[in-house]
Amino acid sequence: MNGFPILSLMLLVPLVGAIACLVSGERLSRQIALAATLIDFVLGVLLWLNFDMGAGHAQWQFVERVPLFAGFSWALGIDGIALMLIVLTVFLMPICIGASWESVEKRLGEYYAAFLFMETLMIGVFAAQDLYLFYIMFEAGLIPMYLIIGIWGGADRIYASYKFFLYTLLGSVLMLIAMLWMAHDAGTTDIPTLMAYNFAPQAQTWLFLAFFASFAVKMPMWPVHTWLPDAHVQAPTAGSVILAGVLLKMGGYGFIRFSLPMFPEASAQFAWLVFALSMIAVVVTSLIALVQHDMKKLIAYSSVAHMAIVTIGLFAFNVQGLEGSMIVMLSHGLVAGALFLCVGIIYDRLHTREIDRYGGLSINMPRYALFFLLFTMASIGLPGTSGFVGEFLSLGGIYQVSSWVALVCTTGIILGAAYMLYLYRRVAFGVQKNADAAAMTDLTFRELAMVVPLALAVLWMGVYPESFLAPMRADIAALDARVARAKPAGDAKVTAGKPIADAHMSEHEGGAH
Amino acid sequence: MGAPLMDWAHSLRLIAPEELLSTAGLVLLLAAAWAGDKASRAISIVAVATLVGAMALVAPALCAGATGPDTVAFYGQFRADAFASFAKLLIYGSAAVALIVAPAFFEKFRAMRAEYPVLVLFAAVGTGMMVSASDFLTLYIGLEMNSLASYVLAAFLRADDRSAEAGLKYFVLGALASGILLFGVSLTYGFTGSTSFEGVRLAMAGGLSTGMVFGIVFVLAGIAFKIAAVPFHMWTPDVYEGSPTPVTLFFATAPKVGAMAMLMRVALDAFGAQAAAWQQIVIFAAIASIVIGALGAIGQQNIKRLLAYSSINNVGFILIGLAVATPQGAAAMLTYLAIYVVMTVASFVVVLGLQDADGNQVERFADIAGLSRSRPLLAAAMATVMFSLAGIPPLFGFWGKFVVFQAAVAAGFVPLAAIGIAASVIGAFYYLKVVKVMYFDEPAGKVTGQGDPVHTVLLVATGLVLSPLGYLLTKWLGALSGSAAAALFHVG
Repeated sequence: MNGFPILSLMLLVPLVGAIACLVSGERLSRQIALAATLIDFVLGVLLWLNFDMGAGHAQWQFVERVPLFAGFSWALGIDGIALMLIVLTVFLMPICIGASWESVEKRLGEYYAAFLFMETLMIGVFAAQDLYLFYIMFEAGLIPMYLIIGIWGGADRIYASYKFFLYTLLGSVLMLIAMLWMAHDAGTTDIPTLMAYNFAPQAQTWLFLAFFASFAVKMPMWPVHTWLPDAHVQAPTAGSVILAGVLLKMGGYGFIRFSLPMFPEASAQFAWLVFALSMIAVVVTSLIALVQHDMKKLIAYSSVAHMAIVTIGLFAFNVQGLEGSMIVMLSHGLVAGALFLCVGIIYDRLHTREIDRYGGLSINMPRYALFFLLFTMASIGLPGTSGFVGEFLSLGGIYQVSSWVALVCTTGIILGAAYMLYLYRRVAFGVQKNADAAAMTDLTFRELAMVVPLALAVLWMGVYPESFLAPMRADIAALDARVARAKPAGDAKVTAGKPIADAHMSEHEGGAH
Repeated sequence: MGAPLMDWAHSLRLIAPEELLSTAGLVLLLAAAWAGDKASRAISIVAVATLVGAMALVAPALCAGATGPDTVAFYGQFRADAFASFAKLLIYGSAAVALIVAPAFFEKFRAMRAEYPVLVLFAAVGTGMMVSASDFLTLYIGLEMNSLASYVLAAFLRADDRSAEAGLKYFVLGALASGILLFGVSLTYGFTGSTSFEGVRLAMAGGLSTGMVFGIVFVLAGIAFKIAAVPFHMWTPDVYEGSPTPVTLFFATAPKVGAMAMLMRVALDAFGAQAAAWQQIVIFAAIASIVIGALGAIGQQNIKRLLAYSSINNVGFILIGLAVATPQGAAAMLTYLAIYVVMTVASFVVVLGLQDADGNQVERFADIAGLSRSRPLLAAAMATVMFSLAGIPPLFGFWGKFVVFQAAVAAGFVPLAAIGIAASVIGAFYYLKVVKVMYFDEPAGKVTGQGDPVHTVLLVATGLVLSPLGYLLTKWLGALSGSAAAALFHVG
């Protein structure tokens, strides 16, 4: 694979597919979209198989660099973290196309074209190795998503599309100014070089805040999360899957790729802010989720809570926290995507998201109830599912820093169990109080083809997370070494007994809290 | 003996594009007088050919990066350097487009008159002189030549009240602006003893008198009228709305580029020695234009009025490049102007394409609802332009904003850049509204007219530039605008 521009090809396939969809219109666009996403999935698998994880492997692989533009270049390349997120993207995309297969009825060509554009841009975000190329890909995603929500969304779609667009745009533009300043200061736009560049600590504060404005909105963190429930509820099923599955991960990816390695001092300085916002988010949004009547809204709020677990893990400044955050992101990508899909499946039959309109589905839709249960458990974080691995590592990481943060965030897990089980009970168990819901048919072959791969992936990640951790291990270790110099002192004395560690601890004792 | 003659020969060679255009304008005026309106189409074709010829004449100076004493004509009255060439290419190009799209529009009103191409030619000559002027007198002559032709063009649809109103408004306010400018020039002359840019710069290098500050303020205020920067923007929406659409296309491009380039030369060359004296004014005008342009556009129901506010908004971004007063900032302005011209041409060609079944122009928002169903290509072009004007990547409009903010950050104007870009989000709101009306709303079924092949060609061409493919032009555009800006900053 050396020298073969596989990343460019992965960007090109959906792009060509998108143009073909626009041209072919109603008739063939579904097939074209499915073919393009499946080709990209195969390419993604090839990427994974060819990714060198041996000892002493290069951190950045599949590097391409063509100085095409003034001031920046077409620079692509991935490390293990980007690889995993790209694999997640290409895995979810065919499922999105499948989810739209029958439920989308108008303007098919444009619909599938928008999704394929979206795929190009998402892969581009994770593969970009140039600061400005990253920004272009990151921002460009707003256009197709705006159109997807606005054209094919629900009743209140216009408000939701505006809110989504303007909220995220406002967050991102300040990041551009910070990027311009960074490129001017460091004299390069190359992301790997910038990751090793030491900005002055005072400048880091401002740069961190500018990036934080963007990633916190994208993530989304409390209190700038309010666009998410609106966007999710109004978006078509596939739009929700991609929004929850991949777009939210861009915020976490931004933190791990930019904020932490480029501004370690500022990250440590603002870690308390991140912890505070995350703690509030976990508890508050879980409580909000508990009282929702709309299934999509409930899952949207649960996404905010899960993303808060990601942020505390990221800012724990240790390997467990970082690995846990990555696994939570991957797991949430699968599980939240699957849950939105499950909502979409019954929405297609009854055309309502009201929880009260369903009930007793395990009687007439046993297979559906089984898969829904699996994903519910994965969302709660039951051992054996992907959710457990990520949350356990994240909370373990944060426990070393602050027992209190860990305590509050673990409360969120308990609340998570509460709202998810409550949802499941009302939808799948109990009596069949609604005749139309009782008459719904079980999963079709197409729907099975979508949920089975998701279920297998969730179990795989839960039982053998090593497959997913191995590619990222070296990169996370490198990141941990990079931020070690700014590591805040924790309140957990886990290394007591070693003289060197003792000295290290007592030195920081005064400023620990 | 031979030296003065050589000088004249050299000067006449430098103004070859102006000679070509003036001669063609005069000959075509005679042709129009003899042949009448029947010949209007032929005259338009000849005028377009002349403009293309003039572009060919100015292009070499840009490619060669012409600068220095060899580019000075008529003893310092006129400069044909790379900077002027860059602006003239944009001016002549957009004038040619304004001619190409005109016949189809005016014939519907039975108002295609042979004077139209001639007036556009004269306006183009005047605008070209504005950007080449290196003396306040040449500048004023160019400005008036452009303005007089423009006043007539604005009122070209004599039978239409709105067009007559636009012409009158443009004339009254334009005359006022000229007066303010002249007053500033007279103050400048009084306090520096010279009308040439070089003389003014040398005099100002020694120090800044209070009287000269007034001179600077009045000159800048006069030019701010011409570029429609806040707080001198009030005429723009009315004139844009009332003028016939091809004329609005012309106003939004050629004179805008001309006035902006003229402002750059005045500020950076004539007043370049005392940049601190005018930077605050420009910063204020920039921020105010961005904010007022964006807020003013939100309530508009007419597309042409919305585009007028959008142009005010864009002028604000361009002025950020001027405020930093560096060669990089000037190059960024030129890049922005080039992209802006492409976006503006595309947007007005779309407006021209909005016709109901009887071929009447449709300009109201409510009438273009659901345009993406009835005219998908037109709607896609308009959406591209709107996202591009909003500066959303990957569309090429982003690049203009990008280079301007890059220049601002490089020069240490980080707060200005941050405020400017945050205010751009306000602008995004109304650009999104256009897309929303065309794509999300139920079709109004009003726009049903057939597309014009000429429009399609123009839309495809501009659409390709504004698409992500446009980024392939960035190196080329950067090199050209860089050498043009270098010529502007070349002293002596």
